[in-house]
Amino acid sequence: MIEGSGYTKLRVKMILTTLGFSLIPLLILGYTIYRQFEAAHTSKVIQHLSHLTENKRRTIDLFLNERLSQLMAIAYTHKLEYFLEGGTLERVFTLMQARSKYYIDLGIIDQNGNHVVYTGPYQAIRTANYKDEEWFHQVQAKGFYISDVFLGRRNYPHFIIAVGRRDGDKTWILRATIDSDIFDSLVQSDQLGVNGDAFLLNADNVLQSKPRFGPKLLGRMDLGSYARFPGVRTEIINVDGKPFIFGLAWLDNKNWMLAIRDDPTEELLPLAHARSLVWLILAGGFLLIAGGTIVTSNTIITQLVRAEKEKASLNASLTQSSKMASLGKMAAGVAHEINNPLAIIKEKAGWMRDLLGEEDIKASPNFKEFEDAIAKIEYHVTRAKDVTHRLLGFARRMDPIHEDVNINEVISQTITFLQNEARYRAIEIHTGFQKDLPFVASDSAQLQQVFLNIIDNAIDAIGKDGHIHIRTMAVHDPNEVIITIKDSGPGIPREKLDKIFDPFFTTKKVGEGTGLGLTISFSIVQKLGGQIKVESEEGQGATFIISLPLNKD
Amino acid sequence: MDINILLVDDEADFVETMTKRFRIRKLPVTSAGSGAEALKLLDQQDFDVVILDVRMPGMDGLEVLRQIRAKRPLTEVIMLTGHASLDAGMQGMNLGAYDYVLKPADFDELLDKVRRAAERKALNVSAQSRG
Repeated sequence: MIEGSGYTKLRVKMILTTLGFSLIPLLILGYTIYRQFEAAHTSKVIQHLSHLTENKRRTIDLFLNERLSQLMAIAYTHKLEYFLEGGTLERVFTLMQARSKYYIDLGIIDQNGNHVVYTGPYQAIRTANYKDEEWFHQVQAKGFYISDVFLGRRNYPHFIIAVGRRDGDKTWILRATIDSDIFDSLVQSDQLGVNGDAFLLNADNVLQSKPRFGPKLLGRMDLGSYARFPGVRTEIINVDGKPFIFGLAWLDNKNWMLAIRDDPTEELLPLAHARSLVWLILAGGFLLIAGGTIVTSNTIITQLVRAEKEKASLNASLTQSSKMASLGKMAAGVAHEINNPLAIIKEKAGWMRDLLGEEDIKASPNFKEFEDAIAKIEYHVTRAKDVTHRLLGFARRMDPIHEDVNINEVISQTITFLQNEARYRAIEIHTGFQKDLPFVASDSAQLQQVFLNIIDNAIDAIGKDGHIHIRTMAVHDPNEVIITIKDSGPGIPREKLDKIFDPFFTTKKVGEGTGLGLTISFSIVQKLGGQIKVESEEGQGATFIISLPLNKD
Repeated sequence: MDINILLVDDEADFVETMTKRFRIRKLPVTSAGSGAEALKLLDQQDFDVVILDVRMPGMDGLEVLRQIRAKRPLTEVIMLTGHASLDAGMQGMNLGAYDYVLKPADFDELLDKVRRAAERKALNVSAQSRG
């Protein structure tokens, strides 16, 4: 039998193994699903950002393109002289402003850098000379120029678009100033989240439009340096120690970079929800599996323990049966071998008693001695014969008869035999019989011997002053009648408990008991298809439990 | 009443003592030490009662009983059994023995059974001669 600690170890092992095999796939599944979802969602977020960035870039490029085309159309469809006429440029400017409010002013610069015509609110710059300005040379070289946003002489954030016109050997420049606020409205969009932002940066990371957060227009926004690249790029960039996803794209018409910022915590909120859900499902799954595992292993262990106990008790009863069988054979052999010499001794003694009647022996002075000796021999032969006959009784293979036996009646009858003895020793015998106890197909005479032996033993065990409780009841599955005989005696010590059915095992004084009563009881009950067991603890009396089958097959 | 008794047992001491005890009661006893010897004696003369030990070397008591019943159906047999042998005793009864006695037997009990067996034999014999 495995000890308790062995079962605990087995239980822990089973729980751990089952948990391991169930939880590892669960964790892998949870992790994989979450990863897949994360990848899908992130790629969706990034795709959305790319699209937005691309759209914005196109819008701004289109805007710049349109302005450039408009100015070019104006410059190339008229000669310089046309604009020099008073009021002409003003008319053109009014026309342009009617279509687009962002034009601040319009001017024409000749090849020497002199502002020849100007229309707009800043009359102070009318006489300015731009010969040494960087943009003036750029126009001369490339034919057009788009500036960064600057405050300039107007002290108002703006940028200029200048278009050069070559007319024979003369060149002149049409220059428009545009309010850079236009970019704010072009770049910002309601498609951005609460923490989203969008702005334009020039090559030196100087802001060309107003961001919603952080530095002002023309302030520096350091996103790192990016060489010009085609298309849209998405990057994770830390701003003020917080990571943001950026969509980045360079404009076609100007070396400005459009940057659209997205807050990942905002965009990836569904992901966080998914993560909490995954954890919740994992925790629920874990609890369920753990609970199931513990319940299952407890059930299995309980069954194992029960099976083990049943096996042990079956083994014990098989051992007892085979022990009884071989002891029976031996007892019969010994009894027979002793009976023959006993028979001779008995007959010799009988012969001597016959001869005591002879005259000459009667006259002997030792006649009385002879007679006593013969009587003693006969007495002790009888005593020895009782032992051998009981041994033979234990061993005999006679088939028990099967009649309908009322167990309650048999016990009551048995008690009457012992009532006097019990009363004399102040022992009370209590009975608790089941009233409607079914009849048992058995042998009443043999059963009576069993009850007699056990109750007699109980009386001897108690000695004086005590109680004997006898109960009967019927149980189902298997269908049996159970008889319990409990005494208030000193109990049976543990080491003697498994010997009490052995032949010649007795606790009584020499000559008072043969040690065969329980042995015979055991073999009778066994032959009747039943079982007899004893339960006892020292100091707490002993209980004999006899079970008899209702239907003996 | 004269009873012709045949005592069959392999224990010489037992046979000798029993013979003495019957004879002192004026009952003549012939003895045989084995089944074969008993059957030979039965061939030569009739006995009223045979006291037959069940367990003997050579031919065992039950076999001897069977042959006696075949040879001398009117002769009554009392089985002496020292063995477990209510069994053997019962078996003997089934084969037609008059009774059985457990060893070591009480002599008076045995004597009583011998007398009654002899009475039955006498009854059977007179019934047969009449019928």
